[in-house]
Amino acid sequence: MSTVAETQIKLTPEHDARPGASVRSRLQDLLPKIVLAPSFAATIVFVYGFILWTIYLSFTNSKTFPSYDITGARAYQRLWRWTFESDPPSSWYTSITNMGIFGFLYIGICLALGLFLAILLDQKIRGEGVLRPIYLYPMALSFIVTGVAWKWFLDPGLGLEQTLHQWGWTSFHFDWIKNKDFVIYTVVIAGVWQASGFIMAMFLAGLRGIDGEIMKAAQIDGATTFQLYRRIVIPLLRPVFLSAFIVLAHLAIKSYDLVVALTSGGPGGSAWLPSNFMYEFTFKRNEMAVGSASAVIMLMTLTAIIVPYLYSELREKPR
Amino acid sequence: MLRKLLIGTALATSFAFSAHAADVKEVQMLHWWTSGGEAAALNVLKQDLAKEGYAWKDVPVAGGGGDAAMTALKAMVAAGNYPTASQMLGYTVLDYAAAGVMGDLTETAKKEGWDKSVPAALQKFSVYDGKWVAAPVNVHSVNWLWINKAVMDKIGGTEPKTLDDFVALLDKAKAAGVTPLALGGQNWQEATMFDSVVLSTGGPEFYKKAMNDLDEASLKSDTMKKSFDNLAKLVTYVDPNFSGRDWNLATAMVIKGDALVQVMGDWAKGEFHAANKTPGTDFLCYRFPGTDGSVIYNSDMFGMFNVPDDRKAAQVALATATLSKSFQSAFNVVKGSVPARTDVPDTDFDACGKKGIADLKKANDGGTLFGSLAQGYGAPPAVANAYKDVVSKFVHGQIKTSDEAVTELVKAIDDAK
Repeated sequence: MSTVAETQIKLTPEHDARPGASVRSRLQDLLPKIVLAPSFAATIVFVYGFILWTIYLSFTNSKTFPSYDITGARAYQRLWRWTFESDPPSSWYTSITNMGIFGFLYIGICLALGLFLAILLDQKIRGEGVLRPIYLYPMALSFIVTGVAWKWFLDPGLGLEQTLHQWGWTSFHFDWIKNKDFVIYTVVIAGVWQASGFIMAMFLAGLRGIDGEIMKAAQIDGATTFQLYRRIVIPLLRPVFLSAFIVLAHLAIKSYDLVVALTSGGPGGSAWLPSNFMYEFTFKRNEMAVGSASAVIMLMTLTAIIVPYLYSELREKPR
Repeated sequence: MLRKLLIGTALATSFAFSAHAADVKEVQMLHWWTSGGEAAALNVLKQDLAKEGYAWKDVPVAGGGGDAAMTALKAMVAAGNYPTASQMLGYTVLDYAAAGVMGDLTETAKKEGWDKSVPAALQKFSVYDGKWVAAPVNVHSVNWLWINKAVMDKIGGTEPKTLDDFVALLDKAKAAGVTPLALGGQNWQEATMFDSVVLSTGGPEFYKKAMNDLDEASLKSDTMKKSFDNLAKLVTYVDPNFSGRDWNLATAMVIKGDALVQVMGDWAKGEFHAANKTPGTDFLCYRFPGTDGSVIYNSDMFGMFNVPDDRKAAQVALATATLSKSFQSAFNVVKGSVPARTDVPDTDFDACGKKGIADLKKANDGGTLFGSLAQGYGAPPAVANAYKDVVSKFVHGQIKTSDEAVTELVKAIDDAK
């Protein structure tokens, strides 16, 4: 979104300064602005406008329908109270702890696995053209498809456990998807399966962009393979880490549909993420104010993580 | 170029005119009855209206289910673009009526005598502020047992009359190596079963006080704790793989004979019919033990919106057709529920349907017809969902004891009020 704004600002001073330009060239100067204006306006209204609207609603007592009388921060007070209700866990407590577990593991494992696979694929092996798409294709599926497929696979009565029992390994036991304490890890498994191939492709592109001369120089200096990756390749991949992190972070926040398709909320709501909480309260329980407040908290949390990271990463690039 | 433009304009205008003209003779309907049996049941209404010259137009809903439909409805109403009618449940009707967007069918209601024929408990949701705002389509009841007869015969069981009988029956099934109780571990199914458990444990008076009036003393009483203990007892009879299972899969377990019994609303009958099973010979329907004489209901309604005058005639036609005896009978025979008016003859219904109609009449006369809290007819959605949370957390072990459960229940309901 910010690119739109930046492009416009950059375009303006350079071109408008020329006096006496023909109509045609002036039109040409204006064209980018005309083309960008609708999407810019749409973004302002539908993204930022509605963010403000949500913030406004979170301070009202909106129930089924929006109400516009500000009635104070009761919604936030309730969320705050629920934040500390761990026994028995409140839905909000479950949601945010799940977000922590899911976000950390999902991003961490995807990055690690993606990098590892990319390094292996980068060893100039045969059949790379076949292997790469195999890892990449899960990304082409929607979360719903991933969720349903893994739901069947992990279901003890249908999938893995049942199959292994039929093959004779009757002591095999894997019922995480039915277990309130472990169900969130099955969401991680399905999520990682889907996204890690895409992250691998990103790292692979990054690896291919590294100058071979640097690698050769390091090898001549006697660096071991481990040192080569540890000291040279991975630091050079830093921009890819940034892109991958941002892609994964927003996928993690959006994982609503994965939770629904895979676990339909989990036993006793134990697989909820904040997005499930938000939808549930806004649209099913007619507590629009609480739903809005939870959405605002999600936005602020995300901002608190992403902005410093973006700032620290982008500041160091003077070019 | 110019010619194309002209033709385009002409076409667009003619479309606009024809759309306008059609409006008057058209019923715009928002609903989520799209699956086999339900769609077939609704077809009856479409044909009835077509006979009177009204075209039927479904309002498309992306995603299908009731939640998606309600979201779509919210958006339509916010945009001032009302459908003629929408399928609605319980408190949603009242919410929309309070927002002042519902129409007024009182004249039609008077002419058709709905006041007398529709059970009073239902009128709580279809009448707002003295005005008829919705036409009830059916009455479902949730305190039913659905039993596979072959399995029942094999273990030599008889109809359980009390909870203790029921537990004994479940024990027999367990000893015979069948899953005794088929349950889908989703919060609404657990809570739907708990509705019946509370009615059975505490009796009709207690159910009304706790689950409809939300009386705090009743909610944390020993009877409520006992109800939770009974629920815990029943849950020990489900298979380990129950969590997250859809209700129709649980019904399928009973149909196939993998399980003995399911506690579910009478929509489960639709599944038995779809599998070509007959009541009495293939499956049995009993009231949940200890709840005979009372009915815990939920009901589908067609909420009628405040449409412009030129569309009102179509709306009245829809409402009249919906509550006509012929449609009530034809529709509910297919849907598995019972008619929303008590004066419809039961000749076309199967044994379970006949029992359902008789029970409804008895419960209506005796004042033992209660809204299901799990299905959103006992209290507004915020409270109903808070209740489902607590029941589900109890079933799945986040809440460990019945003491804790009642404390949580009172707290959650207070919070949601």
